[in-house]
Amino acid sequence: MIVPMEHLLTLATLLFALGLACVLVRRNLIMILIGVEIMINSVGLVLVGASAFWQQVDGQIMVLILMAITAAEVAIGLALVVYLHQQKKSIDVGIFDEMRG
Amino acid sequence: MEILFFYLVAGVAIISAFFVVKCRNPINSALNLVTTFLCLAVFYVMLESPFMAAIQIIVYAGAIMVLIIFVIMLLNFGQTINGRYTHGVAAAGVVSVLLMLVATQLVRSGDATGTGGPVTSALIADVGHTELIGRALFLDFVLPFEIAGVLLLIAIVGALIIAKQKV
Repeated sequence: MIVPMEHLLTLATLLFALGLACVLVRRNLIMILIGVEIMINSVGLVLVGASAFWQQVDGQIMVLILMAITAAEVAIGLALVVYLHQQKKSIDVGIFDEMRG
Repeated sequence: MEILFFYLVAGVAIISAFFVVKCRNPINSALNLVTTFLCLAVFYVMLESPFMAAIQIIVYAGAIMVLIIFVIMLLNFGQTINGRYTHGVAAAGVVSVLLMLVATQLVRSGDATGTGGPVTSALIADVGHTELIGRALFLDFVLPFEIAGVLLLIAIVGALIIAKQKV
C-alpha cells in the first residue's frame, strides 16, 4: 500500500457520493445509469484497495465478477432506455410516473 | 513522488466525477466518465494489480462507454433534457454527508490489522499478476465465475427480447 487505507476509503466515499448525487439530481435515464456506474466503480476501488492492503487476491476476483454484473446491467438498462424512448419519445424520468398512487 | 502522484490522480478523478454530474450535455458527461475510469485504472496499477487496470480500461473505458455513447447518439436528444437541480441537490447532499459520516465512523471505530496474506508484491513481481488472478479464478472461485457466465448469457437474451419488442 502506498497510501493509508483511510485515504483510499475517503476517495472512494467521495466518488460514491458524486455517483449518488448524479442518480438523485439528474432527470435523464442515461445519466442515472452513469451515476450507478460511478458508484459501482468506487466500490471496486475499495475492493482492490482492501485486496492490496491484506495481500489477498479475493477482492480482485470480486471486482472481476462485479464487472461482469455491470456489463449485464448496462446492456439490459440501455435496452430498456431505448425501448422507453420508443414508447414515450423522451427519457425524462418525470414522465414515467404511471405507478404513482 | 509516487504518493504525490496518487493524490494528483485522486484530484483528477474527483473533479472529473464532479463534471459528470454537472455537465448539461450527456456526451460531455460520458467523456468525463471515461476520465474517471482511466484514473481508477491508474489507482489499480498503483495498488499492485496491473491486470485489473487492463481489464478496467478494456471493459469500462472500452465496451461500456462505447455502449453508453452509442445509445446517447442513437437517441439524439442533445441538450433538450436539462437537469432540474432544485430538489435533487438537497437530498443528494444530505445522503452524501450521512454516507461520509458512516464511512469515517467505520474507519475510526477499529484499526485494520494489516496482517498480510500470501500475495505479496514480491510474489506478484515473481509469478505475475495475471497468473495469480487466473489461478484464483479457476481454482477457488469457479462457481461465481460460472454464475457470471450464465448471468451474461441471460443478459444477452433479455436485451434481445427487449429490443425486439414491437412498440
